[in-house]
Amino acid sequence: MIATTNRHASQREIVPATKSQARVSSIGARSFLLEAPGDFDLIAQRRIWALSQTVKGWPDLAENIPGMTNLLVIFKETPEDPDAVVARLLQAWENARSIDLKGKTIEIPVDYGGEYATDLPALCDLSGLSDREVVRIHHEATYRVFALGSAPGFGYLHGLDPRIYMPRKTVPSLKMPKGCVTIGGMQTGVAMLTGPNGWNSIGYATLEMFDPTSPTPATMAPGDTVRFLPAGIEL
Amino acid sequence: MIEILESGPFNTVQDLGRPGYRDIGVSASGAMDPLAVRIGNILVGNDESAAAIEVQTFPFSLRFEQRVVFAVTGADGNPHLDGSELLPWCAHVAEPGQVLELKQPPRLARSYISVGGGLDIPVVMGSRSTSLRGGFGGNAGRPLAKADRIAVGEDAEIAMLPASGLAVVEPAVALRDVFPAAVDGTLPIRALPAGEHDLFARDGEAFWSQTWRISSRSDRTGYRLSGEPITPTASIEMRSHGVVPGVIQVPPGGEPIVQMSDANTAGGYPKIAGVIECDLWRLGQARIGARLSFLRSTHAEARAVEQAVARYVDDVRQTSRMVKRALKAMA
Repeated sequence: MIATTNRHASQREIVPATKSQARVSSIGARSFLLEAPGDFDLIAQRRIWALSQTVKGWPDLAENIPGMTNLLVIFKETPEDPDAVVARLLQAWENARSIDLKGKTIEIPVDYGGEYATDLPALCDLSGLSDREVVRIHHEATYRVFALGSAPGFGYLHGLDPRIYMPRKTVPSLKMPKGCVTIGGMQTGVAMLTGPNGWNSIGYATLEMFDPTSPTPATMAPGDTVRFLPAGIEL
Repeated sequence: MIEILESGPFNTVQDLGRPGYRDIGVSASGAMDPLAVRIGNILVGNDESAAAIEVQTFPFSLRFEQRVVFAVTGADGNPHLDGSELLPWCAHVAEPGQVLELKQPPRLARSYISVGGGLDIPVVMGSRSTSLRGGFGGNAGRPLAKADRIAVGEDAEIAMLPASGLAVVEPAVALRDVFPAAVDGTLPIRALPAGEHDLFARDGEAFWSQTWRISSRSDRTGYRLSGEPITPTASIEMRSHGVVPGVIQVPPGGEPIVQMSDANTAGGYPKIAGVIECDLWRLGQARIGARLSFLRSTHAEARAVEQAVARYVDDVRQTSRMVKRALKAMA
């Protein structure tokens, strides 16, 4: 089932006219995905965070998972009236005011270059920048954790400088080591598990960011600010 | 204690899973056939969410080091205790030193061994399930291996079991009316169209009309399906979003992947459909090489099946309690 809202987008935000409607679709019978209209930016993500907080109060909801400008909600049981669920979600989206999560700041020491930076030369070729410039641009930026997913504790970071955007690989690296500092399209992050990975590695971080025995297993949370500190640069 | 005598590479400790942590990237895991685990636990007098051993590589055998109630549920085929054949879907008592052996089942994929008192394994993030990808939970975050020893929890009800055992009518029989049988060896699996279904245009129809085969590159994370490839009319870049078991994604090669218990928590491939939750256990019992087809379902149908399964489980719970109470009264 796919539904779009007939109402105009909220007056509070400027939403591009081309794609102004949120979309709700389902996965199986109990899960519904709301995708925000417009650009992949902090404005949209703040409304997703707001929506996530709203739905947390719904008694029939089992889980909600913020993604990149989208939100997956899982109900405890199959809803009797799925159209009503879609309407309820769209209504909540309409009413979602942009909020900024008060996150903490996480500083991640990174060894740039060296044996783990397998894709740094390719990024230099693509961007026309020197390795030194790529590293400087990467560590000088301030990033926001948009969402977690894909591996325990893995944070999708927003705020990458467009000069060092780099598409995901068509053929993933088979065994990228845990700790690799990577770029995937317009996002950056730190690999949490050793395994297949389509992102591009430019460095290595030793900070442990997931502990299943801790009451808060993941170090990162949506809204957190991340800074990469160059611990070493080996070019 | 129980001691593992023989095991293949992919047998793990699983319970009903670790939901609630997808938002920090942790897969729910849990049994591929959660209905079998619930019934097995009820039979041996456990909480439904107690941990069981999931056997998907056979043969498998273990030795009981203490007197214990156990049940084998899930796959077809009979378990053997010290060489004698026993009924599956039935609680039995094992004496110290007895050996339980599971051979390759004739048709289905996964057996579950439940023991009274449950497997005494630390709870990590609300569950005893093994997270193979994360390397935590279950048996030290890894599959079971020969010579592993697992502690068994205290069982208050061991004296309450009839000598001949306590059996149940298995779900495939009791719920025959709600789960359509295989037609010419092709298992029907009900699904709903998902987000990018319409992007597949005529190939979308081909998805529903053809018979798919579960490829050998399938595991607890996902089933890859072989068949006539399907492709969307436009190639689109999706933003990463949450996914759940049952989602059917179509990567560029055109052969769909159904995410299973160890499903990734985030995905970006176009989604053509999503298996309804109450049909997932049937998929969990389908083997590599098995054929299946997808039936277009509705929320109303999914709800009806969900309720029928709940009634069946309730019935098993009440009946087993009643029988045990009656026996206790007679003792």
